[in-house]
Amino acid sequence: MAKRPIPTEFIVERDKDKCIACQVCVRMCSNDVHIYDADTNIVTNDNSKCVGCHFCETLCPTDAITIKKNESSFKPNANWSASVISDITKQAETGGVILTGMGCDKPYTIYWDHILLNASQVTNPSIDPLREPMELRRYIGRKPDKIELNYNKGKIKLKTKLEKQLKLAVPIMFSAMSYGSISLNTCASLAKASHELGIFYNTGEGGLHKSLYKYGKNTIIQIASGRFGVHPDYLKAGAAIEIKIGQGAKPGIGGHLPGEKVSEEISETRMIPEGTDAISPAPHHDIYSIEDLRQLIYALKEATDYEKPVGVKIAAVHNVVPIASGIARAGADYIAIDGMRGGTGAAPKVIRDNVGIPIEFAIAAVDARLREEGIRTNVSLIAAGGFRSSGDIIKAIALGADAVYVATSALIALGCSQCQKCYTGKCNWGIATQDPYLTKRLNPEIGVQRLKNLIRAWSLEIKDMLGGMGINSIDSLCGNRTHLRGIGLLDRELEILGIKSAGEPQ
Amino acid sequence: MRHNRQEKLISGCSVAGIMNESGRKTSGEAIIRSIAVMKERSNGLGGGFSAYGIYPEFKDYFAFHMMYDNKKAMADAEEYLKTNYRVVKSEEISTIEDKSIKNRPLLWRYFIGLKDKVKNLHYDLTEEDIVVNDVMKINVEIEGAFVTSSGKNMGIFKGIGYPEDIGRYYKLEEYEAYIWIAHGRFPTNSVGWWGGAHPFGLLNWSVVHNGEISSYGINKRYLENFGYRCSLFTDTEVILYLFDLLVRKHGLPFDIVCKIIDAPLWEEIDRNDDNDERELLKTLRIIYSSALINGPFSIIISDGNIMMGLNDRVKLRPLVSLKDGDTVYMATEESAIREICKSDKEIYYSKSSEPIVGRLKEGLS
Repeated sequence: MAKRPIPTEFIVERDKDKCIACQVCVRMCSNDVHIYDADTNIVTNDNSKCVGCHFCETLCPTDAITIKKNESSFKPNANWSASVISDITKQAETGGVILTGMGCDKPYTIYWDHILLNASQVTNPSIDPLREPMELRRYIGRKPDKIELNYNKGKIKLKTKLEKQLKLAVPIMFSAMSYGSISLNTCASLAKASHELGIFYNTGEGGLHKSLYKYGKNTIIQIASGRFGVHPDYLKAGAAIEIKIGQGAKPGIGGHLPGEKVSEEISETRMIPEGTDAISPAPHHDIYSIEDLRQLIYALKEATDYEKPVGVKIAAVHNVVPIASGIARAGADYIAIDGMRGGTGAAPKVIRDNVGIPIEFAIAAVDARLREEGIRTNVSLIAAGGFRSSGDIIKAIALGADAVYVATSALIALGCSQCQKCYTGKCNWGIATQDPYLTKRLNPEIGVQRLKNLIRAWSLEIKDMLGGMGINSIDSLCGNRTHLRGIGLLDRELEILGIKSAGEPQ
Repeated sequence: MRHNRQEKLISGCSVAGIMNESGRKTSGEAIIRSIAVMKERSNGLGGGFSAYGIYPEFKDYFAFHMMYDNKKAMADAEEYLKTNYRVVKSEEISTIEDKSIKNRPLLWRYFIGLKDKVKNLHYDLTEEDIVVNDVMKINVEIEGAFVTSSGKNMGIFKGIGYPEDIGRYYKLEEYEAYIWIAHGRFPTNSVGWWGGAHPFGLLNWSVVHNGEISSYGINKRYLENFGYRCSLFTDTEVILYLFDLLVRKHGLPFDIVCKIIDAPLWEEIDRNDDNDERELLKTLRIIYSSALINGPFSIIISDGNIMMGLNDRVKLRPLVSLKDGDTVYMATEESAIREICKSDKEIYYSKSSEPIVGRLKEGLS
């Protein structure tokens, strides 16, 4: 039987008049798309290998290269699309699970694009953030319902001993990405940028490289089901500890770092032998119930003398509401919820694209339920999963998140073009790879600057939007859904989001 | 006529307050003149007054001022009140005939005390908690009935009209009080619900408010966490409930409450050299971040012991004050004070977030 080729996704167009055969593309492409023929002094290409990362296009000194989507592959068909045919073909050949990287790219409704923000007119003056103070600081951690004071000879003194909090200069943090899934230079960029921005980044489940301990005050260290790199110094190295139960891109399943990526440094950081696969089981095998989670939370608190907030990260799934409530009652200081558009270094495509719920619903429903139960003020809520702009972020905060985690946006700031091939380890931008030839392409100093620029730009935009609403502290927007209106949504969706329709006054 | 649209009323306003710190009482004449001076700040769609010290003979009983749309609402509310309270006296609130005052509800006043069996049933609650629950229940669940005020030895008189007309309508010149607070309203829509006029009251609290609260959405949800039901379609009620929660339930002094709802900026807190004070202010903001009131406001609030004027964090609404002997005056405009106070002292312009406080002398409350 004739074997049908897997369709070529991209076509490399090379302008022969412009190409000077300098071979930068040949040397740089980790996918070996470009081929130099010394006899003819001509560069040609193998389109089938192109992942569409645009790295060659960026480097070409004469602008000779354009990457185009291959339009000619199959007859257009809404049901049997090129990617479906291609996946079936691959599976018919290999009998394997289709892997992918980054977040779900299916056209499910992005609710952020159906929510509009408010602004003041006449009855309430808008505030100019360039002239008036505008506060973005938030504190993440467990809080009591009320303050206790001591009164002594007319002087009021604080009696409440507040549990440890994470002080965020802006309510944005870098979400969990492990050393292993991303390069050390990428980790270092995130760590140093967090330090300089007064926010936090998250180690993911890959342990903490020895060179990054100095950024501990701005680090959330993660404990996942594989327990890689977990030891007493690691627990104490960060500002907070996060138990990772699930991830938005792949709820219900574990993780797998192939042995080829487990270099000497990763082996040391993760505390596993060099070259062995690092497998994170689907569940934590010491957490089969909510009471088990409570024991782990308190074991970690005991191990760190109650000096670190302990949070729990879960994927947004159908039952996220009671699960989050249980986590709050189990003693977590914060709950991080990762929506279905959250990214990943590697996940089975069928899981990424079909499991979980959007973060918008999860945040709205969890915030509402915790309030109904009277425990919302006690625990902090962090939203994650595909935030693209300050607009998405401010809407998430108004829906009820105390802060957000971003990761994909941070990687895009560092060069990522969403080619979704992180799992191959061939990232041309030096982000999702351990190949020293590739990782050195990401200069951490420049990385830090770009991440800082992004957060600074978003902060300015958030201040503008807050001022427009007549608010001068992010505290007054958190959970304040009266500033949101839905557009193009069903009544049921509006109800779950807890917002009115555009056109309805307050 | 009940406001039946599920939307918030927005309004601009004038406010005025007079307090005699020695507890000396005066008639409502002065406060009516004071608020009347600021006529162009209201548009005839709401005016009202609160008065403290007006019912000395019933000072141990809760004085419920009620508005009813009709006899049925009145019967329902009275039946509800009678199951929980001993009604010592019930009477119609006396008014004059004034053709310009339209859509008049039935106005009724009750002096009531909690029945022992109710107190015993709710042994985990204070009397005040029970009264608050009942006020919320009547306002939300009994259609056409509205509790205007529910404190002791005080009352709120309000309605649709210019404040001076409302004051005369209620014959306030016949009442004697040591605190008078007034409000003239400029709502930006014309829904004529009498209950929507200021002051708003709960227990001994009454508050008048000029401004709009942009943090309303979260203040409301925060208060719901503690059992308050925001049903009056106005952002002002969250101020009232925040004070009730923080002062009565959390036991915090007024100046601390001001540091919560009108919190100092983080940069001011960070700059504070006093370690204890800095930690206190920081902890207040962390615990009570959802109780911060944002947006332009000036308010005058009282519980019968204190009358306080307060502005928002960037002072986006006017409020001036003057202390003459043992009398404290506050108002939106200087003219309202000059009208009734002959002192030639300078008017005091408070800063943003700076509370102006009149305090009843010790032993008088």
